[in-house]
Amino acid sequence: MRWIWIDRVVEVLPGAHIVAVKHVSLSEEHLLDHFGRDETGCAMPVMPASLIIEGVAQTAGILLGVADGFREKIVLAKISRAELTRDAMPGATLRYTAKATHQGAQGAAISAIIEVRDASDPSGPFETAGFVDLMFSFLDKNMSGLDFPADNFVFGETFQTLLRASGVSPTMSRGERADSASGR
Amino acid sequence: MTREEVFEKVREVLVDALAVDEDEVRPEATLNGDLGAESIDFLDIVFKLEQVFGFKVAQGELFPDNVMSDDRYVKNGKVTPEGLETLRQRLPHVDFSALDADADVSKVAEIFTVDALVRFCERKLAAKA
Repeated sequence: MRWIWIDRVVEVLPGAHIVAVKHVSLSEEHLLDHFGRDETGCAMPVMPASLIIEGVAQTAGILLGVADGFREKIVLAKISRAELTRDAMPGATLRYTAKATHQGAQGAAISAIIEVRDASDPSGPFETAGFVDLMFSFLDKNMSGLDFPADNFVFGETFQTLLRASGVSPTMSRGERADSASGR
Repeated sequence: MTREEVFEKVREVLVDALAVDEDEVRPEATLNGDLGAESIDFLDIVFKLEQVFGFKVAQGELFPDNVMSDDRYVKNGKVTPEGLETLRQRLPHVDFSALDADADVSKVAEIFTVDALVRFCERKLAAKA
């Protein structure tokens, strides 16, 4: 299984914000074992909250990573808050919008909004599905002074493929916008 | 801002950052031992203090930056006199009396108390004024 929980970055403005989407598919194995209830009370496969949060973390990691050309190893260190108010069922589209609220030499704090668009209305609006606040650590500048391998194992090949498909260049500068709809 | 007002704001920050109860945040409580703070929490606390009080905190200004992993400052599990002096100069808001009595590295976590945070904020606010 590839550990990538977003399908595309649709917009990124380094140093400001990022928007990414995840399409929920019934072919995903975890939906065979994870259920919520629909409005009639019937059990329905739903996207697990833990994987939604992981998707938000990956989205936010790209926002922080693109600011320095993906040289820093940026890892999720703390989930400060997570409130999910709606389920995402197969066919739904999840949209994650994240912005950095604080950034220092050793890490950053991120606030994100989760939205969902139900498959029953594919051209309808996204509705708020939750809020997540996260803390990220920059491993090479960690407070414990620990050494990590030189190779950037965080932004590996799968991430590079995602970034290329989304038109996100590792050499984007602060304030330069990438928008996958325009190919850049 | 009075000391009591600073304490109340620090308490709010710690309740939020560490998910502890208000009554656990006493002046003598240690961030690590009593309130369960881990390394990333210290960064979270710094960010939240900056937001609440409106000052900037430089890297290593509130908590020591890699001093404990420096061979000059720690030998045989003890903080050296040079290490202690370095800490004292870098962190004037901290009460080092626990380390004066026993310089074991394990004691370093005990000097970072809620009271030390309050003193730090008071100094920063005074410098800003």
